[in-house]
Amino acid sequence: MTALCALFVRDLRLAVRVGGGALIGVLFFLVVVTLMPFAIGPDLGLLARMGPAILWLGALLASLLALDRLLATDHEDGSLDLILTARVPLELAVAVKALAHWLTTGLPLVLSSPLLGLLLNLEAKASGAVALTLLAGTPGLTFIGLIGAALTVPLRRGGLLLAILVLPLTIPVLIFGVAASNAAIAGPVPFGAPFGILCALTLISLVIGPIAAAVALRQGLE
Amino acid sequence: MRLRGSDLACVRGGREVFRGLAFIVEAGEALVVTGPNGAGKSSLLRMVAGLVRPRQGQLELEDGDPELSISEHVHYLGHQDALKPSLSVRENLAFWAALLGGGVEKSEVALAAVGLGGLAPLPAIYLSAGQRRRLAVARLIAVERPIWLLDEPTSTLDAAAQTMLADLMRAHLAGRGLILVASHGPIGLEGVKELRLGQQPKQRTQPP
Repeated sequence: MTALCALFVRDLRLAVRVGGGALIGVLFFLVVVTLMPFAIGPDLGLLARMGPAILWLGALLASLLALDRLLATDHEDGSLDLILTARVPLELAVAVKALAHWLTTGLPLVLSSPLLGLLLNLEAKASGAVALTLLAGTPGLTFIGLIGAALTVPLRRGGLLLAILVLPLTIPVLIFGVAASNAAIAGPVPFGAPFGILCALTLISLVIGPIAAAVALRQGLE
Repeated sequence: MRLRGSDLACVRGGREVFRGLAFIVEAGEALVVTGPNGAGKSSLLRMVAGLVRPRQGQLELEDGDPELSISEHVHYLGHQDALKPSLSVRENLAFWAALLGGGVEKSEVALAAVGLGGLAPLPAIYLSAGQRRRLAVARLIAVERPIWLLDEPTSTLDAAAQTMLADLMRAHLAGRGLILVASHGPIGLEGVKELRLGQQPKQRTQPP
């Protein structure tokens, strides 16, 4: 337990220190969302209709961008070797790392989404719905990404491959995230149905992600 | 405690590194692994640490903790020092001490023992290569583990630090520990066993 706490605290510290990259994802999210109104034009109704989809797409791409740092840095400096000799199950160790990663890269996206919603002419209720679905969905994105991060660990600079591997697996999360947001804003589907499926996707990835990542890391040993 | 490897074979990237390798290390003994570059010294240490899978053969640990695997008994000091540049010297060591199962109090003692006591609050990015290696060595003292796997431990250390490392190894052996060292040069220990790699001719497992 102490060991896992130490790992958690270290990853949080590393993320917020110089070169940690905790804010890269948020900055990317900000750039994508602020550029969107310039590209689409001044049609406020259209912007509001597309708002949830734009926010979700921005958040998805921002979390993919950050995944590269989840395990690769620990592999490069030899830390991963030592984590493998620690007396903690590898599944829990990677789960703790993914959790710390979500807190430093995923949660800021959720928190900044209402602010960015203003740029897309979203009403307060709509922004709240998007933030809620992002809160439910981004942990799923991180834990699905964990599998890809573990698979690409043996490759140097596997960043792009990682994104391509993970992207198809994140499509269900994107679909139900946007569907739940739209249901909350415009209807006619009740909010509960797509939101329930979104939560289920996240819960499944919370279980499968760490197990699959640990298997991938052990297979990658050579 | 006794570590025994029998009939070990290692294949990396389709190339056979070694095979038919056998060794025994008893408690209180050090085994120096020597051989030319590419003979498989690092691969052997990584194999004992559980970071490389043997193609065939077995590694057994007698009288170890039956609850733990061999890799959970070892300290692995590889070529990389596993330090985070943005964490301070103290934070780096305290993290490894906590993760590998030691106490935080001992890490202060360990820092002083490797001569980094005065640099504890400094971010590790400012350390020289030798100081980084000293900090990695501090891990061995901060957490007690019976098997030390040291891969070229002296490569960046100055004369004083090499003496210090030899003293630490002697103390570890006196405490019934086991040491496997991969080294090209003398390591400052007397009466150690040597395992020479790279004697048999190299073969490819599959013709190219």
